[in-house]
Amino acid sequence: MQDNTLLSLRGLRKSYDTQEALNGLDLDVYRGEFLTLLGPSGCGKTTTLRIIAGLESPTEGKVYLEGKDLTNVPPEKREVNTVFQNYALFPHMNVERNIGYGLRMRGIDKKTIKEKVHNMLKLVQLEGFEKRMPSQLSGGQRQRVAIARSAVLEPKLLLLDEPLGALDLQLRRQMQFELKGMQKRLGITFIYITHDQEEALNMSDRIALMSKGKFVQIDTPYDLYEHPNTAFAASFIGETNIIDSTVEGINGDEVLLDIGGQQVQARSRDWLVPGQKVCLCVRAERLRYRKKDPGCKHLQGKILLSQYTGSDRTVVIELATGQKLISRHTTEQEEKIQPGENVCIFWDKDKASIVMDDRGTQPDETK
Amino acid sequence: MKQNNRRQLLALPMGLWAYLFVGISLLYVVGLSFLSTGEGFSVSGPIGVHNYARLKETQYISSLLLSLRLAALTTLICAVVGYPFAYFISKTSPKTRTWLLILLIAPFWTNALIRIYGWKILFYANGPINTALKSLGIIQRPLKLLYTELSVLIGMVYGMLPFFVLPVYSSVERIDWSMVEASRDLGANPFKAFLTVTVPMTASGLMAGVVLTFIPSVGLFFISDLLGGSNTMLWGNLIQNELLKSHDMPFAATLSVILLVMTAIVLIIYRKKGGEAENMAF
Repeated sequence: MQDNTLLSLRGLRKSYDTQEALNGLDLDVYRGEFLTLLGPSGCGKTTTLRIIAGLESPTEGKVYLEGKDLTNVPPEKREVNTVFQNYALFPHMNVERNIGYGLRMRGIDKKTIKEKVHNMLKLVQLEGFEKRMPSQLSGGQRQRVAIARSAVLEPKLLLLDEPLGALDLQLRRQMQFELKGMQKRLGITFIYITHDQEEALNMSDRIALMSKGKFVQIDTPYDLYEHPNTAFAASFIGETNIIDSTVEGINGDEVLLDIGGQQVQARSRDWLVPGQKVCLCVRAERLRYRKKDPGCKHLQGKILLSQYTGSDRTVVIELATGQKLISRHTTEQEEKIQPGENVCIFWDKDKASIVMDDRGTQPDETK
Repeated sequence: MKQNNRRQLLALPMGLWAYLFVGISLLYVVGLSFLSTGEGFSVSGPIGVHNYARLKETQYISSLLLSLRLAALTTLICAVVGYPFAYFISKTSPKTRTWLLILLIAPFWTNALIRIYGWKILFYANGPINTALKSLGIIQRPLKLLYTELSVLIGMVYGMLPFFVLPVYSSVERIDWSMVEASRDLGANPFKAFLTVTVPMTASGLMAGVVLTFIPSVGLFFISDLLGGSNTMLWGNLIQNELLKSHDMPFAATLSVILLVMTAIVLIIYRKKGGEAENMAF
């Protein structure tokens, strides 16, 4: 186990009756990290979080905090705190009493509690709100009280279950930055749950992408976006063209793919074998095209639709195989190409990745 | 506006009913309490507070204290037994829950008086309880169960328990359990979480239960009559005696006014504290 590993999950399984909620999870979370569990609803994110918090026990597997087995430790004895999805502020206590609750449960003296609560309120910029009741606070303020209530205990790990889910879009964006800043100031490790890919990309040090009770890929936002491992990972984050193709030949780093009779070169993967059916992923904003010329050695297609959206243009191109690709580019220096014209499609070879075709085994809940 | 008028019109029968049969009757009772008794059920002058002056007598004061004490004890026992019971019901599966609630309400289908007669039979010197204890060799001579304060108390708790369980159940059922989870998460053990979160969050149900058991308990007369005999003179028994035995309507009215005032005090406290109950600080 690495020195700076804070939390480890080993072979975590959870089943309800016959339903398998978690299907063998392994994860290491490092000290000071902002890790996001990302996935469609029902993928097991919240169950994972509840097991880490101790609010539920796994059917199988272990939870370790700093190497100590926590699996059978009750929630009140774990140095882990949770910010609940609905904040779960105590409605019968004012802000000050809500934040001081955990400290009171630890039997800390009143003076210290008052001091710590005050410092915390300053940190979340809610000074002067001590005597307000939760019902008198706005959504954003409640959320900050909920974070303060957990953070004041200085836990080793803070779990946040979609804390921005109930806020409107503008406040959400603003809170994303605030949360990230707060995490740095507090120096606490965060495990953050969201189903919003933008939120995950904006805030996380690493993202653990989940689907059907399993981790699909655990990577930095950059690697997850640029080098997805599977078609699910590629399509869940960003707008992606997933092109069905067959491996024709492998030549060192390069691989020759067949896409409906047309040949395309791509970066190879070590698991490829000739004849294999794979998916080639190209982000919509990385897909380029130009008027077809006789010397075109790239993929060819026909423009089906071209939509101007101000700063961007979205273009739908149909391949000979009937598959439709999407290209999105800025309107700054565009070449006027009308729908119906044939085009030559190309992209930077390093920006396209070959992924495993897991679409049959994954839920198709992507946006 | 027209809509509103029509609605008020629809409420008229109910309003008339309330004014006639509740409001005017109450005024009649209050007025009666300042008169004197005449021949038979009639009343006559002089008008005055002489009926209220009689309340100083020891028998009335001790009866009032006994009534209050038994009502308070009944409420307390109902709380101690009823709260965990209501909590337990709300934690069971929906199917079990339906059955438990039906079992709780089923006795209401039988007249309360008849059910209390049932208890009376149980408490007899040669009744099932004594017979069982005797044949088990636990006692030699039958215990005096009937016509004691204990038998009255058992009867009252039995009669009032559903009125405590139902409001508490409905408030426990509405609890947002993530609050309790949050308190555990923040370091409260199950007991502390219960005291600091569950109880305050069900305070409104608890208060309603207290009011619904305490107020009727003070005025109950048939349970003490059947199970307590002449040994247990509760306020309700006094009213009944004055009315049906002494035919002293004005004094019976005076005793009723006292009961009404006590009820009003409890209700005013409830109305004032009820709103704050949710904010009870722990």
